[in-house]
Amino acid sequence: MYGFEYHKPSSLDEAAKLLADNEEASLIAGGHTLLPTMKQRLAAPSAIVDLGGIADLKGIREEGGNIVVGAITTHDAVAGSDVVQAKIPAMARLAGGIGDPQVRNRGTIGGSIANNDPAADYPAGLVGLGAIVRTNKREIPADDFFVALFETALEEGEIVKEVSFPVPEKAGYAKFHNPASRYAIVGVFVSRGPQGVRVAVTGAGPCVFRVKEMEDALSGNWSADALKGITVPEDELNADLHASAEYRAHLVGVMARRAVQAATA
Amino acid sequence: MPDSGVSRVLRKEDQRFLTGRGHYTDDLNRPGQLHAVFVRSEMAHATVKSVSTDAAKQAPGVVAVFTGQDMADDGVGSLPCGWVVTDKHGEAHKAPPHFPLVRDKVRYVGDHVAVVIAETRAQAADAAELVEVDYEGLDANADPAKALEGAPQIHDEAPGNLCFDWELGDKAAVDEAFSKAHHVSRLELRNNRLIPNALEPRAAIGEYDPGTDEYTLYSTSQNPHLLRLILCAFVLNLPEHKVRIVAPDVGGGFGSKIYCYAEETVCTWASKKLNGKPVKWTAERSESFSSDAHGRDHVTHAELALDENGKFLALKVDTIANLGAYLSSFATAVPTYLYGTLLAGQYKTPAVHCNVRAVFTNTAPVDAYRGAGRPEATYVVERMVERAARDMNMDPAEIRRRNFVQPDEFPYQTPVALTYDSGQYEKALDEALAMIDYKNFGQRRQESERNGKLRGIGLSAYIEACGIAPSQVVGALGAGVGLWESAQVRFNATGSISVFTGSHSHGQGHETTFAQLVADRFGVPVENVDVVHGDTGRIPMGMGTYGSRSLAVGGSAIVRACDKVIEKGKKIAAHLLEASVDDIEFDSGNFRVAGTDKQKSIGEIAFTAYVPHNYPEGVEPGLDETAFYDPANFTYPAGVHIAEVEIDPETGTTRIADWVAVDDFGKVINPMIVEGQVHGGIAQGIGQALLEEGVYDEAGQLVTGSYQDYCMPRADDLPSYRVGMIETPCPHNPVGAKGCGEAGAIAAPPALMNAITDALGTEEISMPATREKVWRIARGRLAQAAE
Ligand SMILES: Cc1cc2nc3c(=O)[nH]c(=O)nc-3n(C[C@H](O)[C@H](O)[C@H](O)COP(=O)(O)OP(=O)(O)OC[C@H]3O[C@@H](n4cnc5c(N)ncnc54)[C@H](O)[C@@H]3O)c2cc1C
Repeated sequence: MYGFEYHKPSSLDEAAKLLADNEEASLIAGGHTLLPTMKQRLAAPSAIVDLGGIADLKGIREEGGNIVVGAITTHDAVAGSDVVQAKIPAMARLAGGIGDPQVRNRGTIGGSIANNDPAADYPAGLVGLGAIVRTNKREIPADDFFVALFETALEEGEIVKEVSFPVPEKAGYAKFHNPASRYAIVGVFVSRGPQGVRVAVTGAGPCVFRVKEMEDALSGNWSADALKGITVPEDELNADLHASAEYRAHLVGVMARRAVQAATA
Repeated sequence: MPDSGVSRVLRKEDQRFLTGRGHYTDDLNRPGQLHAVFVRSEMAHATVKSVSTDAAKQAPGVVAVFTGQDMADDGVGSLPCGWVVTDKHGEAHKAPPHFPLVRDKVRYVGDHVAVVIAETRAQAADAAELVEVDYEGLDANADPAKALEGAPQIHDEAPGNLCFDWELGDKAAVDEAFSKAHHVSRLELRNNRLIPNALEPRAAIGEYDPGTDEYTLYSTSQNPHLLRLILCAFVLNLPEHKVRIVAPDVGGGFGSKIYCYAEETVCTWASKKLNGKPVKWTAERSESFSSDAHGRDHVTHAELALDENGKFLALKVDTIANLGAYLSSFATAVPTYLYGTLLAGQYKTPAVHCNVRAVFTNTAPVDAYRGAGRPEATYVVERMVERAARDMNMDPAEIRRRNFVQPDEFPYQTPVALTYDSGQYEKALDEALAMIDYKNFGQRRQESERNGKLRGIGLSAYIEACGIAPSQVVGALGAGVGLWESAQVRFNATGSISVFTGSHSHGQGHETTFAQLVADRFGVPVENVDVVHGDTGRIPMGMGTYGSRSLAVGGSAIVRACDKVIEKGKKIAAHLLEASVDDIEFDSGNFRVAGTDKQKSIGEIAFTAYVPHNYPEGVEPGLDETAFYDPANFTYPAGVHIAEVEIDPETGTTRIADWVAVDDFGKVINPMIVEGQVHGGIAQGIGQALLEEGVYDEAGQLVTGSYQDYCMPRADDLPSYRVGMIETPCPHNPVGAKGCGEAGAIAAPPALMNAITDALGTEEISMPATREKVWRIARGRLAQAAE
C-alpha cells in the first residue's frame, strides 16, 4: 500500500468538497473492494474520503411505498432488515448471499453499485426491480446507472446517497456462485411489479443486462415453464477459468427458471 | 486419576490458540529489526542481464539491497535436495543449482531476484519497485507432458528437462503377466497441482549476534533441526552449534514448511551482513501462492492385467512428475520412494512395474504435500481397480475383496519393495459397506433419478507407508538424513514433567497426545505434563514432523525415554524400600515391592532423585532421560473410504450425499484429535477432487494466484463425515500407532472420483471435477437417455 491522506467528513457536502479539492482522492465505504487493490499496489489514491461518518447515508426506511436503502448500509443489514424481509424477501436473500460474513459485515450497497463489478449481485437486484439510484446531484434509474464493465453513470465527484426500490408483487433471485470468490458466475433476478416484468442477469456478461425475450414470456405466463427453450447468445458473455461462455449461457436459462420458482409474493 | 490412556482429552494448546495468545513467527518482533521485501520475477523464464539497485538504495529507510551476486561473493551455496535418486541407468538425478537469489536466470514467476531491507516493511516495498531488472525473455513451459520435448531448456545441467528416469519393479514379470491376461484395463490420469495454503504464511526473522558469533533464526518450520542441518552444512557453511532455530507456534504446514527456502536463508545471512540487525520477512498471501512448494502434478498412464475371476495379475504405471523449476529439499523422493512403493495398494498383485520421468518446468518447485506421493499412488491404484471392476462387470467391493492381502499373510512382501506388517483390509471394507448401507444403494439411486439427479458411489481402499524409516533403509535408497526421532523426559524435582520432543506440532495437537502418552505411562494427571518442541536450543536433535510420523516414531522415542525413567526409578525405589531391584514393580504411578503393600509414588522417587540424601550407591542423581528411536519398518495405516454423490445434471453441481471412513491407525490415543486429522485430510482430498488446481498459463503465469481463483473447499462444500475406526496395533513400535495425519487426503480423491465417474458413467473426467466439466458430461448422458 502507498501512503495517503485520510478524511472522515460528517456530511455529504463536506465529502463532495473533499473530493473536489483532492484530484486523486477516492471514496471509501466498506473498503472490501478498494483496500485489496490498494494493498496490491494497483490503486494509489492520494486521499481517502471515508463515508462512514455520514449518518444520512446509513439505514433502511419505507418512503412512499418504496424501500430506501442508504449507501453505506451493509449487506448484512439489508439481509437482516425486517422491512426488506417483509417487502422484498428476494432482496434480503440476495444480500444474504453475498460473499461471506466478513464481506457482508463490511461491504455496502453504495460501494457495490459504484464499483459495478460484472459478477456482483446488487446490479441484478437494482435492474431486476427497476430501482432508482439517488446521488448528491440527481436521480438515476438503474437501467441507466450500470454502463459497462466497472463503469457507471456516476460523474467525477458524484456520490451515491441511497437506492430506492419499488416493492414488487413477486420477485426471486437465483445465484450460481463462483466456488472460489463466491461472486456470481451467473445471477438472475426476476420480478413482476410496478416496473413491469423484469429479468436481470449479472455475472454472465461484462455488465448486468435484461433479457427481453424472457420478460415477454413471463408477462404472458409467470411460470418457470414459460422460459423453457429461451436462450441467450453466448458471444458476448464472459469466459474465464471458472466457466466458459457456453456454460454461462446455459446457466442463465437454469437460474432464470429457478428464480421464478423461488419468487415469492 | 483420569484414564488418560485413550480419551478425548481437550487440546491443551487450544487455550492459547483460541484466546489469541499463540506465538507465531510474525507475532515476534526483535529489537531494532529491519524488514525484508523480495523482488520477485514476473517472468516465467528469462535471462537476467542486469539488476540495478542504485535507486532502491537511495530510497527512504533503505538499509541494504542484495542480489545473487552479493551472496555468491560471500560463498553462499545452493539450496540442496536431500534425497539422491538413482535412475534406471545407475546415474544420480540431475541436481542443477538453486541459489537463494538468482545469479543468471529466473525460472518461474515468483523466483527471487533481489532483497530490499529497510526500516519498515512499507519502505522496503516502496524501494523494491525501484529495483530495475533487465530481463531477456525466454520461452516458458509449465506443462509436464511437454517438458520432455526439450524446448525450452530450463537448466543446462538437465538436458531435455529430465531430472531422472527411474523405475521400480520387475518389468519382465509384468510383461509376461500382461501377455497371459484375460483382460487389461487402462486409464489416463492427471493428478492436479495443488497449492498448500497453510493458514499461517511462511515467515522468518534472522538474527546474528556479533558478540558470540551466533545466529538465531525464528522460522515457520516443521523440522527446525533439519532446517539447521541443511542451512549450516550445505548453504551458509556455519557450524551447527552457532545456529539456533526457533519454530514456535506454527499455523499449519501440510509439508510446505519442511523445506529450506530462499527467504529464511537470506534473512539469516543478511543479519550478519548488517552487523546483527534482525531481519524479518513475512510472506504476503500472494507470495505464498507463487513461492511455497506446490504438491502433486503427475501425468500417468496405467494398465492393470486381470484373470477371468478378477484377480489382479500385474500393474504397469508410467508417470511424468513435474518437479517445477528447481529441486526443493525432498522433491526427488516424493514421486519415487513415496509413490512407486505404494502401487501394490492393499492387494496381492504379484507383479508391479512403475516408471517415473521427473521433469523441470517453469513453475514453482513441487515437493511433499499432505500425503506426498501416496495420494498419487492411491489415486492410480483405486481408480484403476474401480475401472477394472466396471470393465469386467464386477461389484467394486467384490473385486477388492478377491485381491486383498489377508490378515494371516503378514508380514507381506510386496513386489515394490515394502513389507507390510499388519492390517485387516476386509474388515475395514465390511464395516464401511455396512455404515453406508451399500446394499441399498440401488434404491437411493432410483430415488435420485426420479428427482432428475444422477447418483454415484465410489470406494477407496487406501494404504500408506508412514514413519519413513528405518534410517538404514532410507539411507540405502538415497536419503541424506536419518529418520529416527528423539525424546527427553524430565521429571522436575516436585514431580511435574517436561517432555522434549524432536517432533514438531503445527496443528496436530502433540502437546495433548504426547502428554496423554506420558501421563498414562507414569500414572500421573495429564495436567502434570508439558511438551516442549520446536527450538533447537531446548530439544535434543530431532527430525521433525511429516509423513504422519510423530506418534509412531516420536511417540515411540517418548515411551522409550519413559521406560528409562522407570528403570532408574526402580533402583531408587529399591533402595528406599530396602528391597531388591528385581522385586520392584511399577504400576499406576507407584513403585511397589512385589506382593507387598510397600510402595513409593513416582513423585517421591523424583524428589529423592534431586534431593539424594538417602540414595543408592552408584546411581546418578536426577531423573531426566533421553532416548532416540529408529523404527524397524515403516508403519502401514490403511482403511476404506466410501463417497456417495448426487449430481444435478442441469448445473453440474456435485453434492456429497454421504461419506464414511473406516481407518486403521493402530493404537489411538486421543480419538477426538484423530477424527480431527481425518476430517481435515478428507477436506483437502475433496478440495483436490472437486475444487483446487494450481493453473499456469502457456506463458508460465500463475493464473490461480489468489483466493479469487484458487478454490479452497469451504464448510458448505463438505458433508458431515461418518468416521469409524478399527485397531490393528503396529507390531513393531512400542506405542502400536501407525499414523493418521495424511490418510484423509490420500483416501478421499479416488473415493470421490470413483463416485462421480459412477454417477456419470464415464471415466473421462479429470480432477478437479469442476461443475462445468461435470455438466458437459451429464448433458451428454441426458441427451443419450432421451434418445
Ligand atoms: C472475498 C470477497 C467476496 C465477495 N463476494 C461478493 C459477492 O458474492 N457478491 C457481491 O456482489 N460482491 C461481493 N464482494 C464485494 C463486496 O460486496 C464489496 O464490499 C462491494 O463490492 C464494495 O463495497 P464496499 O462498501 O466494500 O466498497 P469500497 O471498497 O469501500 O469501495 C468500492 C468503490 O466504490 C466507491 N464508492 C464507495 N461508496 C461510494 C458511494 N457511496 N458513492 C460513490 N462511490 C462509492 C469507492 O470509491 C470505490 O471505488 C466480495 C468481496 C470480497 C472481498
